[in-house]
Amino acid sequence: MRKWGILAATLGLALAACGGDTTTGGSAAGSRLDLVKDRGQLICGVDGGIPGFSFVDETGAFSGLDVDVCKAVAAAVLGDAEAVEYRRLDSTERFTALAGGEVDMLSRNTTWTISRDTSVGLEFAPTTFYDGQGMLVRANSGIETLEDFQGRAVCVETGTTTELNLTDQMRQLGVDFEPVVFQDADAAYAAYDEGRCEGMTSDKSQLIARRSTLPNPDEHVLLDVTMSKEPLGPVTVNNDSAWFDVVKWVTFGLMQAEEFGITSANIGDFEASDNPDIARFLGQEGTLGTDMGLPNDFMVQVITQVGNYGEVFDRNLGADSQFNLERGQNALWTDGGLLYSPPFR
Amino acid sequence: MNSDSSGESFAQKLKTLLRDERFWQVAFQVITLGIVLLLAAFFVGNLNRNLAQQGRSFGFSFLFNPAGFSIGESLIRYRPNDPYWRALMVGLSNTLSLVAAGIVLTTVLGTAAGVASFSKNWLLYKLSRLYVGLVRNVPLLLQLFFWYFAIYGTLPRPESQISALGLVFLNNRGVYIPWAGSAVLALLGIGVTIFAAVMAVFLWQWRTKLRIETGTGGKNQLMGLIGLGVLWLAFVILALQWTFPSPVDGGGVTGGLRLTREYVAALSALVFYTSAFVAEIVRAGIQSVSRGQWEAARSLGFQSGLVMQLVVFPQALRVIIPPMNSEFMNLTKNTSLAFAIAFPEIYSVANTTYNQTGRPVEVFVVLMATYLVMCLIITLGMNQLNRAVQFKER
Amino acid sequence: MTPVTPNSLASAPPAVIALGPVAWAKKNLFSDWFNSVLTVVIVTIFGLGLFRLTNWAFTTAQWEVIPRNFHLFMVGTFPARFYARIWALFALICGLAGLSWGVLGRNVSTLFSRNVLIGLGGVCAFIVLFPPTRPSALILLPLVALVAGMAAVGRQVSRKVPGMGQWISLSWFLSYFVGLWLIGGGLGLTPVSTNDWGGLLLTLFTAVSGIALCFPLGLLLALGRRSHLPLVRWLSTAYIELVRGVPLVAFLFMGQVMIPLFLPVGARPDRVLRAIIALALFSAAYLAENVRAGLQAVPRGQQEAAMSLGLNTPLTLSLIILPQALKIAIPAIVGQFISLFQDTTLLAVVGLAELLGTGRSVLANPAFLGRFAEVYLFLGVIYWFFCYAMSLGSRKIEEKLNTDHR
Repeated sequence: MRKWGILAATLGLALAACGGDTTTGGSAAGSRLDLVKDRGQLICGVDGGIPGFSFVDETGAFSGLDVDVCKAVAAAVLGDAEAVEYRRLDSTERFTALAGGEVDMLSRNTTWTISRDTSVGLEFAPTTFYDGQGMLVRANSGIETLEDFQGRAVCVETGTTTELNLTDQMRQLGVDFEPVVFQDADAAYAAYDEGRCEGMTSDKSQLIARRSTLPNPDEHVLLDVTMSKEPLGPVTVNNDSAWFDVVKWVTFGLMQAEEFGITSANIGDFEASDNPDIARFLGQEGTLGTDMGLPNDFMVQVITQVGNYGEVFDRNLGADSQFNLERGQNALWTDGGLLYSPPFR
Repeated sequence: MNSDSSGESFAQKLKTLLRDERFWQVAFQVITLGIVLLLAAFFVGNLNRNLAQQGRSFGFSFLFNPAGFSIGESLIRYRPNDPYWRALMVGLSNTLSLVAAGIVLTTVLGTAAGVASFSKNWLLYKLSRLYVGLVRNVPLLLQLFFWYFAIYGTLPRPESQISALGLVFLNNRGVYIPWAGSAVLALLGIGVTIFAAVMAVFLWQWRTKLRIETGTGGKNQLMGLIGLGVLWLAFVILALQWTFPSPVDGGGVTGGLRLTREYVAALSALVFYTSAFVAEIVRAGIQSVSRGQWEAARSLGFQSGLVMQLVVFPQALRVIIPPMNSEFMNLTKNTSLAFAIAFPEIYSVANTTYNQTGRPVEVFVVLMATYLVMCLIITLGMNQLNRAVQFKER
Repeated sequence: MTPVTPNSLASAPPAVIALGPVAWAKKNLFSDWFNSVLTVVIVTIFGLGLFRLTNWAFTTAQWEVIPRNFHLFMVGTFPARFYARIWALFALICGLAGLSWGVLGRNVSTLFSRNVLIGLGGVCAFIVLFPPTRPSALILLPLVALVAGMAAVGRQVSRKVPGMGQWISLSWFLSYFVGLWLIGGGLGLTPVSTNDWGGLLLTLFTAVSGIALCFPLGLLLALGRRSHLPLVRWLSTAYIELVRGVPLVAFLFMGQVMIPLFLPVGARPDRVLRAIIALALFSAAYLAENVRAGLQAVPRGQQEAAMSLGLNTPLTLSLIILPQALKIAIPAIVGQFISLFQDTTLLAVVGLAELLGTGRSVLANPAFLGRFAEVYLFLGVIYWFFCYAMSLGSRKIEEKLNTDHR
C-alpha cells in the first residue's frame, strides 16, 4: 500500500515540478546516493537467469557475481549487504529501466561499449569480468571453425551485442548460416540442448556456466574463437557523479582488497594495520569514505559481509563453484590478469 | 437580444439555458474535447522532453540505416547490411505466411470440429466437445511453448529423421515437404487452385439450383466439375516442376520446401487454438437455425446430409461469418506471439530494431499501422463475403 | 441427427433408451458403416495417444520438479516469513466463496448433493494423498471445511434475512483492498515489494485488477460509441478501433517502455501497475464492443417507454437499458474476462514472474533442465481450471437470469 502512496506522491510532485524545467538529478543535492540512503535499500537491476552471475534459487534468494557487486554497494552505503531489492530485467528493458530511475544501478552482464557510454547516456563502472563472445558446439559435431557453420543453425539471444557480433563475423567469413533468435536465454539454451541448433553463441563465461548445467557437460566444447571483447561491469546513469563514484570505488575496492590480501576471514588481523595504505583503505586513517558521502569504514563492511574480489569469484564461478572457471584475464594485474585498481589515496 | 436586458432577465436566460438539453450536449462535448486535448498536450510534452533529455528527436529516418542483424528465415531476399525497413518487410512477409496458412487451416479444422459436435457418432461428438473445452481454456502462449518444446522438440535429430512415404521428412529442425520448383511457380499454383475452387463452388451452386428448380438435370454441370478437377490436377502435377526432399548422408535434407520448426510450431498452436473458437462459432451458427427448418426439410424427404448442405448450413453461414471476422483478426494479432519461440515475424524484428535503435515510439507506430492495415484487409474481405450470404430481401 | 442439448460441454450424454450397453453402442457408435469406421479410427488414434501419454506420465516423466517448486509456482519469491498473510487472504476468499455459494443456493433443496460431496471428498483425498511441500494438509483441510461451513451458514442466514446478495457483493469489493493490504503490506504490516509477488498470486492479482479496471472503462467506451454526441462517439470509436488493431504484446511492451516516456521525468509507476494499466486499457476496448452488442439488442421501445415516463437520459440508461444490455452481454463479457486471464501470461514476456514466467525460470534451473512437458502440463491444468470455472459460472448465471421463454 505504501508503494501506491509513494507513487501518488511522486506523480503529484512531478506534476507540481512540471512548471520548472526539471533536469536529471545532476546536482549533488539530488543524487541517487541520498535517495538510496533515505530509502534504506538499494534497487539493483540484475538478469536473474544466468547461473554464476545472477540466479534465483528455489528459496527465492539471489546469488552470483553480479549479485555480490550489488551486495557490496549496499554494504558500503547502508552497512547491510542484504538491504538490496533485485529487479529482474531482460536485455531489452534494462537501459530504459536505468534511465527512468526504476533501478539505482545495473549489475547485469552489461558490455561496455562507446555507444552505450555516449549516446545511450550511461556510466560504466570498472569491469568486473573480462569476457569474450564464444561458440558452444557438440564435441561430436565435427565443427571446428566458424566456417563449418555454412548452412547450419546457431541459437542466439536477442537484444544483446551478441546477435550483431555473430552476424558481423559470419559476414566477414562469407558464411551463410541460420540464426535462431530467442527472446530469452533460457529458451535459447533449451533449444540448443535438444538439438535445434548446432551452435550456441554467447559470452564465454555464460557458455561455460550453462554448459555445466547441461545434462552431459562433457559432450559440449567451446570453439577456439573469440568473436568480440566483452568487458562486463556495473552501470549507472549519466550526470550523477556522486553516485557513480560510489559504485566505481566500491568495485575497485573489491579488487584492492584482494591485492592487499584482505579477506572476510582475516580482516580482523588488518583492523589495526600499521601499513598506512591499508589503514586508509579500511578507514582507520584519513577521510576517504566520508569524502564520498559514505561511512569511513565502508570497505570493512564490504569485505566482512561480501568478501574481496577473489572470494566473490571463487564462490560464484571459480574453484568453490560447480563451474570451476580459471581466473585467466580476471586475475589481478600482479598475477598477469587485467584487474587493476587505482590507488586508494 | 433586448437592449435593456436587466440582470433578472439574464438570470432567466441562464436558467433556460441550463435547462436546455442542447446546451448541455454542446458543453459536454467541449469539456470532453478540452480534457482530451489537455491530456494529449501533457503526454506529448513529456514525450518531447524525455526524448530531448535522451538526446533524440522523433523521426523515421533511422529506417534507412543498415540493420546489421541477420534473420533466420525469409520469403524475400535479405542481407544483414540491408536497411531496417527491409528487415521489417521480411518480418511482415513471415507474418503474412503465418496468417494466410492459418486462416485456411483454421477454417477447415474449425468447421470440421463444429460440425462434428452434431455427429450421430457419440465418440466423435465427445471428442469435439473435449477438444473445444480443453484448448479454449489454456493460454495460447503456453500452448506455443508446448508445441515447440514438448512436441516438435521431441522429434529425432536429423541423423535419425522420420520420413513419411519418402515424400515428407520430419526432424527437430522442421518439416520438409515436396514443393513447386520456384517461387513464381508456387504462386501460380496457389492462384490456379483458388481460381479452380471458386469455379467449382459456382458450378456446384448452379447444379444445386437446377436440381431444386427442375428436380432433374445438373449432369452437364457435374461433367464440368469433373473436367475442372481433372484439369486442375493435371496442371498441378505437370506444370509446377515439383522438387522432392531427399535425405542427405549423415542427416539433413535437400530439396523440397523446408518449413522450419518455429514456423510449424507457431502454425500448429495458432490453428489449434483459433479452431476451437471457430468450432464454437460454427456450432452456435448451426444451432441458431430453427428446428422447424430441419423438420421441414426432412418432411420433404431430404437425406440428413443434404439437409445440412442445402438448408441448414447456408442459413447458419449468416450467423457464422461476422464473428469469424473477429476470430481471423485475433489470429492475425496472435501471430505476434510467435516471437517467443524464435519465429522472426514482424513483432520480433520490430523488437530487435527497437533494441538496436532505441526508438520505441516510432517502432510502435510502424507496428500499429501494419497490424491495422492487415486487420482492415481481412475485415473488408469478410464484409464482401457477408454481403454474399445475407438474406436477399425480395 | 440426434438432438444435442445446447450449452452442454461434454456433460450430458444424449438421451438413451436403456436397452443395455450393446444397444447403446450400436445406436451411437456403429449405426452405419461410415460411423463404424469412424469409431474404429478414433478409438485407435485416441487410444494410442492416451496410452503413450499415460506411459510417459508414469514412466519417463519426472514430476519432482512440481512439488519442489510448488511454493514458487504459487507465490513466486514472496518472503516465506509472510506466508501467513497469504493464508489469511486465502481463508478470507474461501469464506466469502462459501458464503456466496450458500446465498446463491438458498432455494435449492440441498447444498450438498451427491456430486458436490464427491467433489469435496475428492479434494480432501487429494490434499491428504499429495500434500504439497510447504502448505500442509493441516491448513488446507480446515479451509475446505470452512467453505462448506460458510455455505451452510450463508444459506441459513439468507433464508431469514433478505437482501444478503448486496452485502456479499460489497464484501467481495472490500476483500480486494484487504487482499491488497495483506499482500503488499503497509498500515502495520511489513511492506513486500511487488517485485516479490509472483506465480499464481501475481497472475490472479493482475487478472482481478485488470478486470476491475477494464469493466467501468469498457462500459463508458460502449456508451460513448453509442452516444449521439458526435465528438464523444468519434473519440470512443477511434480508441476502440485503434486498440483492437494492435496485438497485446506490442501494447504491453508499450506499457513497459513507453508509459515512462509519456510521463514527467522521474515518474515511473511500478512495473506490475504498468502491466495492469496496459492490460486494462487493452481489454476495455474489447469489452466495449461486447457491451455495445448488448446495448444494440435492447429493443428501442424500452428507451422510448422510459423517456415517456419522464426519466432523463442517465436514469434511463442506468435503470432500464444497461441492466438488460449487460444481461444479454454476460456470456461475451465473461469470455472477455477469460481471455484477459489468459492474457496475463504475456506478462512473462515483458519480464514479470507470473505463473508462466515462474515456470520458465524454474526450467532454467540446472536441476530441472528439459522438464518442459511436466511444467507446461502442470501450468496448463491450473489455467484450464480457472478458465473453465469462469465459463461454468457464466453459464450458471445465464441460466439463472434467463427470463425469456423460448
